[in-house]
Amino acid sequence: MTTLKMSNKDKETTVNSEQAQPDGKMQSIALNAWFGSKQALKDIDLTVKANAVTAIIGPSGCGKSTFIRCLNRMHELVPNARMSGQVLLDAKNIYSNETDPVQIRRRVGMVFQKPNPFPTMSIFDNVAAGLKLTGTKKGQNLDEIVKKSLQQATLWDEVKDELKKPGTSISGGQQQRLCIARAIALQPEVILMDEPCSALDPIATARIEKLIVQLKNDYTVVIVTHNMQQAARVSDFTAFMYLGQLVEFGSTTNVFENPRSELTEKYITGEFG
Amino acid sequence: MTNYILRKFKNQLFFILCAACVVIAVIPLISILYEVVSRGAPQLSINFLTQKDADGGIGPAIQGTLILIGLTSVIGIPVGLLSGVYLAEFGNNKYAASIRTVNDVLTEFPSIVVGITAFGLVVLGIIGSYSPLAGAVALSFILIPIVARTTEESLKLVPNSVREAALALGAHKWRTTLSVVLPAAKGGLVTGTLLAIARIAGETAPLIMTVLGNSYFFQGFSSPMDALPLRIWRDSLQPYANLQAQGWGAALVLILIVLSLNIAVRVASRGRLRR
Amino acid sequence: MTKKLTGDNLFRILAASIAASAVFILIVTAYTLTTGSSLVLQRFGTSFLFGSNWNPVEGREAFGALPYVLGTLVTSGIALLIGVPLSLGIAIFLVEMAPKFLRVPVGYLVELLAAVPSVIYGLWGLFVFRYWILNYVETPLSNYLGWMPVFSGTPFGLDIFTAGIILAIMIIPTVASISKEVITAVPNSIREGAYSIGATKWEVIRHWVLNYGRSGIFGAVILGLGRAIGETMAVSMLIGNATGPAAIPTSLFRPGQTMASLIANGYLEATGPLEKSAYVGVGLILLLVSLLINVAAQLMVTRVLKVKGGAVEQ
Repeated sequence: MTTLKMSNKDKETTVNSEQAQPDGKMQSIALNAWFGSKQALKDIDLTVKANAVTAIIGPSGCGKSTFIRCLNRMHELVPNARMSGQVLLDAKNIYSNETDPVQIRRRVGMVFQKPNPFPTMSIFDNVAAGLKLTGTKKGQNLDEIVKKSLQQATLWDEVKDELKKPGTSISGGQQQRLCIARAIALQPEVILMDEPCSALDPIATARIEKLIVQLKNDYTVVIVTHNMQQAARVSDFTAFMYLGQLVEFGSTTNVFENPRSELTEKYITGEFG
Repeated sequence: MTNYILRKFKNQLFFILCAACVVIAVIPLISILYEVVSRGAPQLSINFLTQKDADGGIGPAIQGTLILIGLTSVIGIPVGLLSGVYLAEFGNNKYAASIRTVNDVLTEFPSIVVGITAFGLVVLGIIGSYSPLAGAVALSFILIPIVARTTEESLKLVPNSVREAALALGAHKWRTTLSVVLPAAKGGLVTGTLLAIARIAGETAPLIMTVLGNSYFFQGFSSPMDALPLRIWRDSLQPYANLQAQGWGAALVLILIVLSLNIAVRVASRGRLRR
Repeated sequence: MTKKLTGDNLFRILAASIAASAVFILIVTAYTLTTGSSLVLQRFGTSFLFGSNWNPVEGREAFGALPYVLGTLVTSGIALLIGVPLSLGIAIFLVEMAPKFLRVPVGYLVELLAAVPSVIYGLWGLFVFRYWILNYVETPLSNYLGWMPVFSGTPFGLDIFTAGIILAIMIIPTVASISKEVITAVPNSIREGAYSIGATKWEVIRHWVLNYGRSGIFGAVILGLGRAIGETMAVSMLIGNATGPAAIPTSLFRPGQTMASLIANGYLEATGPLEKSAYVGVGLILLLVSLLINVAAQLMVTRVLKVKGGAVEQ
C-alpha cells in the first residue's frame, strides 16, 4: 500500500475557490482539533453556503466526522477532546465564552450514521422529543409540528396511522427519516449529516438522497460521506479532506470534473481510499 | 490399552462426582423450602397474619418488615440511584473511581457491624432510643452501595448513541439523563432495586440492636419495632413448641416475600434479554 | 471557559455530593467502631486481641477476643474445606458438562441458595439440619474416632462443626458463580489444544482449564471466605454460644463462637460501658479482618476477569 505524499503544490494553500464568501452560513477559521495528543484537524478554513448542500468527502480517518462535530460543538463531549480556532454561525463565533453550546445545537442539528431513535418513545414522541427536551414546546401545537416534520422528511404517509408505535419498530431507512424529522422539528438553521446512508440499503439510500436535495430549500445541509457518487449526486459544493487537512473545496462540478489538486484527482478516480 | 480404560473410567467418575455436587447443593434448598412450607403453612390464617403476639399473631412483625422496607426505600433508593447516575454519567475521574472502590468495600461489610454503626449513630445519637429509623438507616447502609452499583451498570448498558441523539438536539445533559437515559435503563434499574430490597428484607443482624423487636404494632419512631427476621430468630430460641411453630409461619411469610421478589425479577429480565 | 451556574453544573454537583454518601457511610462506621471500642482497648491493649477471658463482673473484668477470632477462622475454614470443592464441582458441571437445557434451571437453583435469608438457614439448621449432621455424621464419627481430640466430646448438634457446614452451604452460590465465570473465561483455544492431543474431558479440565483459571478461582475462594467471616445469624443459632475460654475451638463437636455470633448473641445483654465497648471491639476486629480478606479477593478476581468481584453476586 503506497502512502501518498502530498506534494508541495498541494500543501501550499487549500485549493479553495469559494473562500470567505459573504453569504456563508457557517465558516470555520483556522480550525484545529485533537483527541488527547493526536491531532485530527489541521487548520481548516472552510465556508458553508446557506441553503446549499455541502459534501465532505475523503478516505477513512481523514477527519470529516471530527470536522462536522466541531460545527455543532459535539466534538468537545468526548473526554480529552479539544479544539482551537473559530467556527462562525451567521458571522458569530460559536466557541466564544458567552455562547452556550446547548443553544448552538438547537440551531445546528445532526443526523447520525446509525439511526438512533429514542428506544423508549413512540414515533410521535420521537419527533416531538426535540421540542420537549429543550423546553421549546410551550404554546405550540405539537400535532401540527410533528405532522409537518414527518411530511418534510417524506415519512408521514408511511407512519401516519401508527404514530403510537415505538420508534424502533420501523425499518432502518424509516428510522433514519424519523431521525431527520426529529431534527427538523426544532427548525434548525443547519442540518449536519454524518454518513446518514451508510447503514441503509440502496432503496432507502435513494429516498434519503432525494430528501436531502429537497431539504436545502429550507435548511443549510452539510453531509459527510465516503460515497463519492453520492456526493456528486446530492451536493452543490464539495470539500475533500485528507489526513486532517482540507485539500480542495469548490463547487461539486468543479471538484469532480476539474480538480485542481492531484490528490483530489487520485481520490476521485479511486486510486486510494 | 488399560491405561486408556482407566482414564475413561476416571472421566466418567468425575462427571458423576460433579453432578453429585450439584445434587448435594440443591438438597438443602429443597429441604428448606419443604420444611418452611410444611411447618409454616398450618400456621397461616387471617388471625395469624394480622393479630399481635398476645393474640397469637405475627401482625407486628409483618407490619414492621413492611415499614422497614418502605423507610429504607425512601432513604436508600434515591441516594443509591443518584450515586449510580453520577458514576455512570460523570464518572470518568479520580473522585468517581474512589467512590466506586468505597462502594465495593461497603458491600462486603459484615451486617452486624452495620448494626453497631447504626446503633451508635441513631439509637445513641440522633434519636436516642431504639427506633424504626435506626433500622432503616442500618438497612440503607447495606442497600445504597448495592443500588449504586447496579444503577451504574444498567446506565452503562444504554448505548451512547441515545445520549448523543438527545444532546445533538440541544438538550442539556441533566435533561438527557433524566428524560432519555434513565427511561432507557428502566428495566435494569428496577430489577437491581428489587433484588436489593429482597436482600434487606431478610436481614436480621442489623435489626437486633436498632429496632430490637416488639410484641406490639408500630408505636412511633422512638420505640422498638418488630420485624419478620427478628420474630423468626426470637421464636426459634423459645422452648415452647407453639411459639416455635409461629416462627416457621413467619419464616414462610418472609420466604414468600423474598422469593417472589427474586422470581419477579428473573421473569422480567428474561423477557428483556430475549428481545 | 468560565463555569456558569447552569442546570448541568448543578446536576453534576448534586449527583457528586450524593455519591459521597458512600464515603460518609465508611467514615461513620470507622468512627463509631473506633470510639466505641476505645474504652476496652485503652483498658486492655493488645491483651484484648490475645486474651481469652470474658468476664463482665465488676472488679474482675477481663475481655479477650481470641476465642472468637479462632472460632471465626475455624468455622470459615470448615466452610471452605467443604464448600469450595462442592462449588467447583457445580461450576465445572454447569460450564463443561451440563446439557444446554439444564444450564439455566440448575444455575438458577444454585443462585436461589443465596436468596434464602440467613435467619431461615438458622431456623432450618436448628430444627432439621442439625439432626441430620448429628445422627449421620457426628455420632458415627464420635463413636469411631472420638479418641481424636478434634472429635472429642459428646456431640449434640450445636457446635463448630454444624456451624461450619451451614456456612459451607451458604458460600456455595458465591464461590460457584465466580468460578463459573472464571472457567467460562478460559479461552476455547486452550481446551481445543488439549483435546487435540487426546486428553479426556476430565484431564482437560483438571490440567488445563483449572490451571489457567487458578488465580481467578483462588480469588473466588477468598471472596467466599470473606462472606463466611461476616455471616452472622445462621452461625449464631447453630454454634452453641460458648463464651470465654470455653469458646476456644478445641474440638469440632464442642460449642464455639465466632466474632459475629458473639455480638449477635450477647450485645443486648451487655451491662456497663466496658462490656459494651468489648463487643464493639470485637466488631472492629471483625471489620478489619473482613476488609483485609475482601480487598485481597477483589484484587485477584478483577485481575482475572476485569470485572468487579462483587458484581457477579447477582
